[in-house]
Amino acid sequence: MMSRYFVDRISRRLVLCFGTVAFLILIFIAVFILKGSLPALEEVGIVDILFGTKWYPSHEAFGILAMFAGSVIVTLLALVMAVPLSVGCAIFLAEVAPRRISNIARPAIELLVGIPSVVYGLVGMVVLCPFIAHLSGTGSGSSVMAAAIVLAIMILPTITSISEDSLRAVPTLYKEGALALGATHWQAIHHVLLPASRQGIVTAVILGTGRAIGETMAMVMVIGNSPILPANIFAPARTLTGNIAVEIAAATGIHESALFVTGLVLFILIMIINSLGFIICRRKND
Amino acid sequence: MEFKMQTRKLEFYYGKVRALSKITMGIEEHQITALIGPSGCGKTTFLRLLNRMNDVISGTHLAGDVLLDGQNIYAPQVDVVEVRKRVGMVFQQPNPFPKSIYANVAFGPRMLGLNNKAKLDEVVERSLRAAALWDEVKDNLGKSGMLLSGGQQQRLCIARVLAVEPEVILMDEPCSALDPLSTLRIEELMRDLKTNYTIIIVTHNMQQAARVSEWTGFFLLGELVEYNKTGEIFQRPKDKKTEDYITGRFG
Repeated sequence: MMSRYFVDRISRRLVLCFGTVAFLILIFIAVFILKGSLPALEEVGIVDILFGTKWYPSHEAFGILAMFAGSVIVTLLALVMAVPLSVGCAIFLAEVAPRRISNIARPAIELLVGIPSVVYGLVGMVVLCPFIAHLSGTGSGSSVMAAAIVLAIMILPTITSISEDSLRAVPTLYKEGALALGATHWQAIHHVLLPASRQGIVTAVILGTGRAIGETMAMVMVIGNSPILPANIFAPARTLTGNIAVEIAAATGIHESALFVTGLVLFILIMIINSLGFIICRRKND
Repeated sequence: MEFKMQTRKLEFYYGKVRALSKITMGIEEHQITALIGPSGCGKTTFLRLLNRMNDVISGTHLAGDVLLDGQNIYAPQVDVVEVRKRVGMVFQQPNPFPKSIYANVAFGPRMLGLNNKAKLDEVVERSLRAAALWDEVKDNLGKSGMLLSGGQQQRLCIARVLAVEPEVILMDEPCSALDPLSTLRIEELMRDLKTNYTIIIVTHNMQQAARVSEWTGFFLLGELVEYNKTGEIFQRPKDKKTEDYITGRFG
């Protein structure tokens, strides 16, 4: 007789515990990274780390600006390629494609999200880099360009499927209203559907950006990993993520701490991007 | 007598299911024609065939003709966009775009290529006046159309249709989401509009059909059971089924 209420009370406490644990883990990681960063921040100085362009661990130079720029440039370039392609693809799937085709294409695109990034890196390394080397005439082809293309392909499915969902979520009434006023199908898409799903598409792009900034394995495999500011898009570079992955195994002392600072910068960058996405999502629901 | 619109043996199928069977019906110019009948009887499907709105739904097909001024709107050389410009539509749920009042009314003319600000201003004012909404919104044309009341939204949708200067206006239960007062305003508006437009209205509300229309068609199970002057239908229905429906014995 009291068991129903008992179960209710217990399960409420239980899920509260789970929630707390998840939150504590996040706090723990943040504290851990911050603590690991402190020695480098104290010894080298926050300005020299954030704005220094030289990364020579053997000479105690720990400027991560080149890597920061590497991450940002590669991500922006990938977005420039991926956004028009994904939004176009989403419009095709939601509005133009016959149901038979979109029913096959949609799961196929969602499947792309699940492919491990090392596989993308492998394809980039074996197919893309030699091609770029051939085009540019120098080096191995490992470059900002190769990284941006691989990254664009990796975030394409994310942006496409979220954009498509938001296009489909626009009430049919809007579209029919536009058509009934003598708008062509494309005018209805351009002037009614796209504006009405703008926030969903922006959210999709921000989630894609978050994914791009955080991508590690595929980047390490195709970007060349030189810790210098790239002279052009066919030159090698290094991302923040790659900086940690490439060097952590051999790093000790202040070097290791500098890598923690790299992680801290990434952590903050991703938090900013995700909060931006969260804020836009929330505004949509109001 | 030449009809404004006419259907000849019009049949419509959702997949293999027949939704309309052999509807032959003439719509008089500058009059209001009401289509009544219980839910699922095919009246909305029929209405949407008159401006090719059902083209949007995949897996459907039709047989028979729909004539606008004697020309078949389903003929291969006919431009569907042109048809919809001449035959406008007001939907059951008021559906202003999430844009300003001005942008809502200017939408149609802009899509047709009108970009001159002075001309657009003029069209917007004329359309809002014709839809009896101008006085309520003239100081707030920049406000979102979504922020208006339900009745105002529906009049905005009517203004939006008028801005395109159609010849026929289809109304799909335009008052079913509105309160009685707003309903009354829309009905008054319809009476004003019929001087310049031909109006076809689908309604669940038989009093509404009796109040506003000159002609009434009674649909049942995809068939046009009876079609006549509104007065005749309501006072001397020829078909037993029509009589049962309008006296409230079913439906």
